[in-house]
Amino acid sequence: MIRGAPKLLPRHRAPRRAELAVFWALLLAAAAAAGFIAVYALGADTQWLGLLLGSAFALLAFGAVVTAKALVPPEQKEEQRHSLDHDRDDLDIAVYVQEADEGITRSRLLKSAAGVAGLTVAGALLVPIASCGPFLDVAQLRRMAWSRGRRLVDDADRPLRAEDIAVGAMVPAFAEGVDRKRLDASLIVVRLDEDDLHLPDKRSGWAPSGILAFSKICTHAGCAVSMFRYPLFSPKVPKPALVCPCHYSTFDPARGGEVIFGPAGRPLPQLPVAIDERGELRAGGRMSGPVGPSWWGVQEG
Amino acid sequence: MIYRLARFIDTRTGQAPLVKKLLRYVFPDHWSFLLGEIALYCFVVLVGTGIYLTFFFDPSMQHVIYNGPYTPLRGQQVSEAYRSVLDISFRYKAGLLIRQTHHWAADVFLVAITLHMLRVFFTGAFRKPREITYYAGVLMLALAMFEGFAGYSLGDDLLSGMGLVIAYSVVLSIPFVGGNLALLIWHGPFPGTTEFFSRLYIAHVLLVPVAIGALLGIHLITIAVTHHSQFRGPRAREDNVVGVPMWPGYLFRTLGLALSVTAVLFLLGGLVQINPVWEWGPFHPELSTNGAQPDWYLGWLIGALRLMPGWEPHIGHYTLIPNAFWGGAFFPLLVFGFLLAWPLLERRFTRDHGYHHLLDRPRDAPWRTAIGVGFFTWVGMIFFAGSSDRVFVEMHIDYESQIHVYQVLVFVVPFVAGWLAKRVCEQLRRSDAHPLRGAGGGLVRRTPTGGFEAVSGSTTTRTPEPTGRR
Repeated sequence: MIRGAPKLLPRHRAPRRAELAVFWALLLAAAAAAGFIAVYALGADTQWLGLLLGSAFALLAFGAVVTAKALVPPEQKEEQRHSLDHDRDDLDIAVYVQEADEGITRSRLLKSAAGVAGLTVAGALLVPIASCGPFLDVAQLRRMAWSRGRRLVDDADRPLRAEDIAVGAMVPAFAEGVDRKRLDASLIVVRLDEDDLHLPDKRSGWAPSGILAFSKICTHAGCAVSMFRYPLFSPKVPKPALVCPCHYSTFDPARGGEVIFGPAGRPLPQLPVAIDERGELRAGGRMSGPVGPSWWGVQEG
Repeated sequence: MIYRLARFIDTRTGQAPLVKKLLRYVFPDHWSFLLGEIALYCFVVLVGTGIYLTFFFDPSMQHVIYNGPYTPLRGQQVSEAYRSVLDISFRYKAGLLIRQTHHWAADVFLVAITLHMLRVFFTGAFRKPREITYYAGVLMLALAMFEGFAGYSLGDDLLSGMGLVIAYSVVLSIPFVGGNLALLIWHGPFPGTTEFFSRLYIAHVLLVPVAIGALLGIHLITIAVTHHSQFRGPRAREDNVVGVPMWPGYLFRTLGLALSVTAVLFLLGGLVQINPVWEWGPFHPELSTNGAQPDWYLGWLIGALRLMPGWEPHIGHYTLIPNAFWGGAFFPLLVFGFLLAWPLLERRFTRDHGYHHLLDRPRDAPWRTAIGVGFFTWVGMIFFAGSSDRVFVEMHIDYESQIHVYQVLVFVVPFVAGWLAKRVCEQLRRSDAHPLRGAGGGLVRRTPTGGFEAVSGSTTTRTPEPTGRR
């Protein structure tokens, strides 16, 4: 193509320099790649590997771009578009398909039967997907690790003691003897001034000495409610709150986990706390509602 | 040699005409046409680096005690999946480079797809006969988002666990079937079993990439069949294609682009840290961290989840639609529903069923531009609302106030933006100026007799834009 180009075009000097530039770019790319191999062999520092491999590709790119810009004849071509639709052929297909159909006398009956058979067989092929999980057993979502008397333990399985929890403290807790991977196993325990509590009447006695326990799993999207807002100085605004860091649903511990901000649609389930004769924390009963993110038909707390 | 190769191919397959056609295939010239190609080359890099990562990654939730080279985590109970990601990062040579390049490529992939989609939308490139190309593209966008999410969820670090529990909650929130579906996918209540991880893994490395590959095939074949669309130009008309042929001009250009994309991704992968999972630590359901953000392309979803007020319809004490449904499922369905329905809606309302091989400039279709600007402003604002917590940390603007302001603004600003866009379109149509280059002159042509004549009337609605000028 270049050979055939008219001699008059002044394209002698520039391509020559461009050719040299491409030549050196290719050579340097090879050098950078060799450097990559050497660095890999010597200890493989990530920054050097990235720099050398990236540079090798950048030099190759440079070569390709210079080739495209300077060495290849800049030609703009014009091409005619061809019409996409074929009126005759559409018709031919319709006729061809219809002709095959016409020989069958009870074609509607057969079509219905084919539809029924197709759907049923497809259904049969899809049904084994049910083995993927216990999908009818929705009761599992309601399971509850807590029953009256179960002890609250800390990270290292030591029982939590009431006297260790100061006012304004936030302590994570687990159900003793329950798999910690379960969403219903973990709690967040906080202590407020008893004067500040405004629990519903039904929950009187759920927070001895102002110690409150809530499910740690947000009722919105299941993240761990791991932040406790507790103003230390007067005036104590905004008031103490449990906050989920995923979408900032904010719950009021003093009012039994009521939602005061954010997208959560139901309160954080509360666990009645009991203090046994040794001063250790135990569940005083069942939680106020189902633990974890909501689903269709879940009962509100 | 080339002749003999071509002869070999032709005598075996009879496809010489096809090869000839391919070499002469014409690519119209405009910078915005490169966005899709960038996405294509990112996909190639993703597949390449991804294959390498599968040699080392172990998608298992089995618990082990970490004992590798990263001392701060030694002695901690972690999953095999997390351990193998740490090993890729610290134990295997070049492992971190490939892992980070893979992650960067995913982020750039989605940037390129999104910009490409916006370009196609605002230039009307989705119109007849290119609807199939467009639908395949929109589906690839959705799949790429899911693929990216699945990818960074596999590491079983703290952030991926937090992402997964949100995904679980969104599945759980689907009316009627959510509970069943979530149990089916996770093989039990969250965090599920190790089966769930092997499912996520096979989805990430096989099912979704193959689906993207198939759609990519449809995308490219339908482009080749209809040929590229082009902007109106001095020579470019509805019935032709003007541009650079595949061989030799375009091949070297696109090779240059492919190599540039690869270079940038490897440089990012080697020099700019991304997702240092060793700093997040392993995931346990009772753990979470403040300031958690997903990869950028899911920002619009976290924004929607955060903006949605705590509204859950109830019957008596029973929840009908849990809140996570609105932001996590309803909103993305609405957005993708809009994208998929748009070509149909436009055909319906403009009653325009003709072929369009010439692209619109955004001003040429003020209504489409206005609706598009309004719609994407809406999605964009929800996206930015997702980073309100970072804005609070960086600029100390109260988080709750930000959310309250956004909750109003997302329903006001899009209408204002759409109205403004329409006004700007009408102005530009009248003045025929380029929005960024200021007032432009008209084109003048020299007549054979030596005089000059204006090529276009200065106030017509569709004047040729001098594209292809460099």
